[in-house]
Amino acid sequence: MVISNKPLQFLFAAIVACIPFVGFANPAVDSTHVTTEAVAEHHGEAAHEEKEFNATELINSHIGDAHEFHIADWGGHPISFYLPVILWTNNGLEIFSSEKFHHDNEGHHVVDVNGQELVRYKEVIFYKDKFETLTEEERKNGAFAFDARPLDFSITKNVFSMLMSTIILFLLFLAVARSYKKNPKAPKGIAGFLEPLVTFVRDEIARPNIGEKKYGKYMPYLLTIFFFIWINNLIGLIPFFPFSSNLTGNIYFTFVMAFITFLVTTFSGNKDYWGHIFNTPGVPFWLAPIMVPVEIIGMLTKPFALMIRLFANITAGHIIILSLVSLIFIFDTVAVSPISGAFVLFMSVLEMLVAALQAYVFTLLSALFIGQAVAEHDHH
Amino acid sequence: MQLTSPESLIFWTTIIFIVFFFLLAKFAWKPILGAVKSREESINNALASAEAARREMQNLTADNERILQEARMERDALLKEAREMKDKMIADSKQEAQLQGERMIEQAKAAIAAEKNAAMAELKAQVSSLSLDIAEKLLKDELSNKEAQTKLVEKMLGDVKLN
Repeated sequence: MVISNKPLQFLFAAIVACIPFVGFANPAVDSTHVTTEAVAEHHGEAAHEEKEFNATELINSHIGDAHEFHIADWGGHPISFYLPVILWTNNGLEIFSSEKFHHDNEGHHVVDVNGQELVRYKEVIFYKDKFETLTEEERKNGAFAFDARPLDFSITKNVFSMLMSTIILFLLFLAVARSYKKNPKAPKGIAGFLEPLVTFVRDEIARPNIGEKKYGKYMPYLLTIFFFIWINNLIGLIPFFPFSSNLTGNIYFTFVMAFITFLVTTFSGNKDYWGHIFNTPGVPFWLAPIMVPVEIIGMLTKPFALMIRLFANITAGHIIILSLVSLIFIFDTVAVSPISGAFVLFMSVLEMLVAALQAYVFTLLSALFIGQAVAEHDHH
Repeated sequence: MQLTSPESLIFWTTIIFIVFFFLLAKFAWKPILGAVKSREESINNALASAEAARREMQNLTADNERILQEARMERDALLKEAREMKDKMIADSKQEAQLQGERMIEQAKAAIAAEKNAAMAELKAQVSSLSLDIAEKLLKDELSNKEAQTKLVEKMLGDVKLN
């Protein structure tokens, strides 16, 4: 085993892996922090320094989505890039800037939009009157309290960074495509860098898993998800505006990606694929009541695993890095920063590997599922 | 993780991804994959033709070698033939020269013999005429001297016997 040859690295990794547990060790203490922080919210720099540091709160806010892009704090005032809030309220569509909430995330600041009073609590926008009837627990799960809030189609931080990533990728690959028109010989410049990745997806992912005859049809999809997930993983690792979003570590995003793979797989399924599900070869017909549900669950678990894998890997990486940074504030001494910094550097490098690896794994498994759906079995 | 409104990100991800997918598929993947494929084909073709050219070259080299070998053999044969011809010519001319020499010697011998006979005949004729002159003189002389006459006759008879 490779790890046994490198005890130092292993120890290092083990320590790093244990760090997040420290961060979440005591939820009871955390909840008291929440109340103190809520009180101290509007008191500027001095109050911030006095109040106790809460790592869970910080990490949650960093890995979650937001209506505005927080860039920095200056003299106690947050500097943010305000993104548009788009709501489907009882009175129809409302669009306004997230600046109107004045950074409030505790349901204190009331925004009046065309006669409707709105409040924001932990990045979820509620109707004020209905919000006041909710219990603390209901408020925390407010994202699913659809009767107490308008439908929220805001361009959030994650949507913003997703748009940015698509524009970057589109321009990048447009440049590559254009360079081929000018230069039909060996690729140069950006094409020389990206072409090996394209051929990697084709030769190492699509061809072996889908098969020589059918892989061509799925190449655009596999290339798109590979580069889309990869660039968003990388954007999430850059810790400053306009990057730093946690798009691929967001379960809603991974849900959509996995669901699209599920749809592609299901609609690609040939006779053999459905035959295996509804009439598994070699299984007696009276077992069908057991086999069919099991096979259908099997159809769903595959994309479910895709969704969870990407979400968990990326979120875990973000949590570890943020926990390491939080150590400085937990110990409240600058002496920790060299150690913390070294760990963060190590983790960031590791996360760069994970970013590529998870994009690869997602694409590989998508190709594998599609390959299973289109495979032509010789019946055995 | 604090979950925010699911509909926002789900809605936008679906829309953006689908639009992004079709844009990339049309404007990027199609030309890129096409270019990569056509270039791979052209590289394969180039390699195949290079291989063919190499084989052709090999054949040519082999041909050259063969032709050279043949030429060398032909040259050797020519040289050998020439040498033989030279030897034969030398031998022939030697023989010819010998024959010629022999014939000339023969002729010379015959000529010498003829000359000798002629010389002998002339000598005889000379001798006989000389003898007759001498005899005439002697007779004229001796007829005047009886004794000397007799002596001379006797002497002459003696000489005739000797001859």
